[in-house]
Amino acid sequence: MFEIMKKVFGLLVVTLIMFACSESDDTGIMTDDEGGVNPPVGTFDRSAMLSNWADNIIIPSYVDFDTKIAALETAVAAFSADATTANLELVRSEWLTAYSTWQRVSMFEIGPAETVNLRLNVNIYPTNTTLIQDNIQNENYNLSLSSNRVAKGFPAIDYLLYGIAPTDEAIISKYEGSEADALRHQNYLSAVVGDIRLLSTDVLEQWQGDYRDIFVNNDGASATASTDRLVNDYIFYYEKFLRAGKMGIPGGVFSGTVESENIEALYAGNLSKQFFLEGLNATQDFFNGKAYNTNSTGESLNSYLEELNTVSDGVALNDIINNQFNTARTAVSNLRSFEEELAVNPPSDFLEAYNQVQRVVPLLKVDMVSAMSISIDFADADGD
Amino acid sequence: MKDKITQYLNSHTEAAPLAVFRVFFGILMFVSIVRFWSYGWIEKFYIAPKFHFTFYGFEWVRPFGDYTYLLFCICAVSSLMITLGWKYRWAIITFFLSFTYIELMDKTMYLNHYYFISILSFLMIFLPAGKYFSVDAFTLSRKRNIEPIQYIPRWTIDSIKLLIAIVYIYAGLAKLNSDWLLNAMPLKIWLPSKFDIPLIGNVLGEEWVSYVFSWFGASYDLFIPFLLLWKRTRIFAFVMVIIFHLLTRVLFPIGMFPYVMIVSALIFFDAGFHKKIVYAFAKFIPSLSRGAVKYPKQLLESNLYYKPKHPKVARVSLTVVAIFFIVQILLPWRYLAYPGELFWTEEGYRFSWRVMLMEKSGYAQFKIVDGVTGRRFYVDNTDFLTPLQEKQMSFQPDFILEYAHYLRDHFESQGHQDVGVYVESFVALNGRLSETYIDPEVNLAKVEESFAHKNWIKPFTDEIKGL
Repeated sequence: MFEIMKKVFGLLVVTLIMFACSESDDTGIMTDDEGGVNPPVGTFDRSAMLSNWADNIIIPSYVDFDTKIAALETAVAAFSADATTANLELVRSEWLTAYSTWQRVSMFEIGPAETVNLRLNVNIYPTNTTLIQDNIQNENYNLSLSSNRVAKGFPAIDYLLYGIAPTDEAIISKYEGSEADALRHQNYLSAVVGDIRLLSTDVLEQWQGDYRDIFVNNDGASATASTDRLVNDYIFYYEKFLRAGKMGIPGGVFSGTVESENIEALYAGNLSKQFFLEGLNATQDFFNGKAYNTNSTGESLNSYLEELNTVSDGVALNDIINNQFNTARTAVSNLRSFEEELAVNPPSDFLEAYNQVQRVVPLLKVDMVSAMSISIDFADADGD
Repeated sequence: MKDKITQYLNSHTEAAPLAVFRVFFGILMFVSIVRFWSYGWIEKFYIAPKFHFTFYGFEWVRPFGDYTYLLFCICAVSSLMITLGWKYRWAIITFFLSFTYIELMDKTMYLNHYYFISILSFLMIFLPAGKYFSVDAFTLSRKRNIEPIQYIPRWTIDSIKLLIAIVYIYAGLAKLNSDWLLNAMPLKIWLPSKFDIPLIGNVLGEEWVSYVFSWFGASYDLFIPFLLLWKRTRIFAFVMVIIFHLLTRVLFPIGMFPYVMIVSALIFFDAGFHKKIVYAFAKFIPSLSRGAVKYPKQLLESNLYYKPKHPKVARVSLTVVAIFFIVQILLPWRYLAYPGELFWTEEGYRFSWRVMLMEKSGYAQFKIVDGVTGRRFYVDNTDFLTPLQEKQMSFQPDFILEYAHYLRDHFESQGHQDVGVYVESFVALNGRLSETYIDPEVNLAKVEESFAHKNWIKPFTDEIKGL
């Protein structure tokens, strides 16, 4: 044993000397701030970022969303009372506004929204039209059951306002008057909108109540800390719901065949591209910490990365990510409507734009998460 | 030389250090298993996943569904038996087999410290750790009036010291590279994110702190075995052991490992110290059992030497232990047989005490191509893998290949023909920007796993100097 030890020790001394030499040879590697100013790292304040997220982005988004849903509720009531073309158009336009605003809050599936499963309750598509018809006819439905998630939310309203009959006149006639069948339709439409309202108000009230402080005060660094969790949720949203849900799945990326019946707002039509872009803007604005509906920015993933960039050889990862967001937006903006693009076989332009959207994923999931040392899941690790 | 070796192998020492080591080892293992169980990890990591990543050559090692709990039970019971020294040899063999089986079930869960436990328990099979201060010794004296032994071969205790020294020294050697020493990577990424730790949290963001920790860590690993061996520095070294491991415990999620290493380091202390512990335990037992059980003091002071029952078996044991150590010393160098950067390809990375060396993460998107229809589509990894599996898979080539084969078989069973599997993957290592990891043109469905170099890994574009 002693002989072995002696050899190991000898080897050790040699390598140490080797390293001592190589160090003095190329001290250039030692520092990464050659010619630049190196602000102290670690000054980044995660709790400032959390406050910015909660106070300037998340809560204002929910406030706005709740207001838009309330307006939709009013419009539905007016339409039920008087099913005119003008009132139908009003409901449709309020639905469109609310659905667009939804694209701004969908990514915040944390805390209250996570508890009530907001996203699953509000935006599962394609909607199940058979189930909707059954519910309308039976009148015996409980929208809080998870089995009814495919028969409610924005996609169900899309069907109820655009797809339930072939023409606008025919649609209006479904809701017109006070006969049993018209009442059944009116009731279902208001029940679906009421269900969204209930959820949105619940989530908003919790954020305005205790949850804001719980969220902001959980400012540590662990798999259960707010930053780590919301970043995970954010990336999950980008990957699953924005990239895959709005583009990948309809484009046949995961099945090999185009599934144009799986686009968002199928019955209204020509909206899925707009919704996608709204969602993309929302994710980029969140990345940059942009206060809701304004141009002022606060502490964010962008500024966090800016801070950390001093560590990683001055490569501006935040700029790379913003550039890729921009490239993706340009690529998608240049498309015609998703319906038109998907009618092309194969939908090459659509898939090329999708690839640009896809390129953001590794930047967020690998480079950003790695730079911030965000935990993915709770388990023992020894870093190998 | 030969005489010296024979003389050494025939020399004896007090059995107390090995007995104390056995008692603590069993307790820590029991706690580890209970802890693992209580977190729901058996279900989460071994029962719930549809698919498990296996070790090359051990593909037959699989979880048993709900019976996996039974396996953990067996492991826990055997660890208690080890502590008690009750049917010690059976207990340690059972522990080694069950624990190793557990670790082989899914390499997603591979940790160097689990590997350490596995090989340590293997080594302990050949050590007479159950002969002193144990239920075995107690019952022998009661039933057959056989006096227990007091002295055991010196090498048996030294072998544990050697194993611990190997772990530390190789962990230290692995840190002698430019990323660790010159760039303070990956600590420069990890430490600033631990700003919420009390007292030291707000200095962890300072760059110099990362350098201090890196250099301190490397020197600690390289020198601590020697400081523990040398009597005059032993106390100081043990204090360092405690500080170092508690610090790692606070900073990183490494579970029970720090405690295992702290307790293991006790083996370096001399017999007098361990006898005090044994006597304290012996005193404690009656009060614990309300006087029902006493461990008679004369059983601890017998002056008898350990004599193996079958000298031939003893000789074989010694040979096995010698081969075991040769393998342990050579195994970490196997990476030299592969071209390319070890941290990038990870060929020869495991089982080599490379701990906390890399902040590595990846992203892998698999493309399936039907060879007959030409239809192509991408896989949603969350359909098949848990978040932890996906994370581990995305930057380790052997995981990527095994998963690709699983996808091939899955989609062929679904009716696709002649399935091709391609991967678009990006990996970021120690603060470098992510780069393409696996050649996206290679059909992984056609690649066989082997110990040969994986030439479908894209070469590392930077350079990491050192070991």
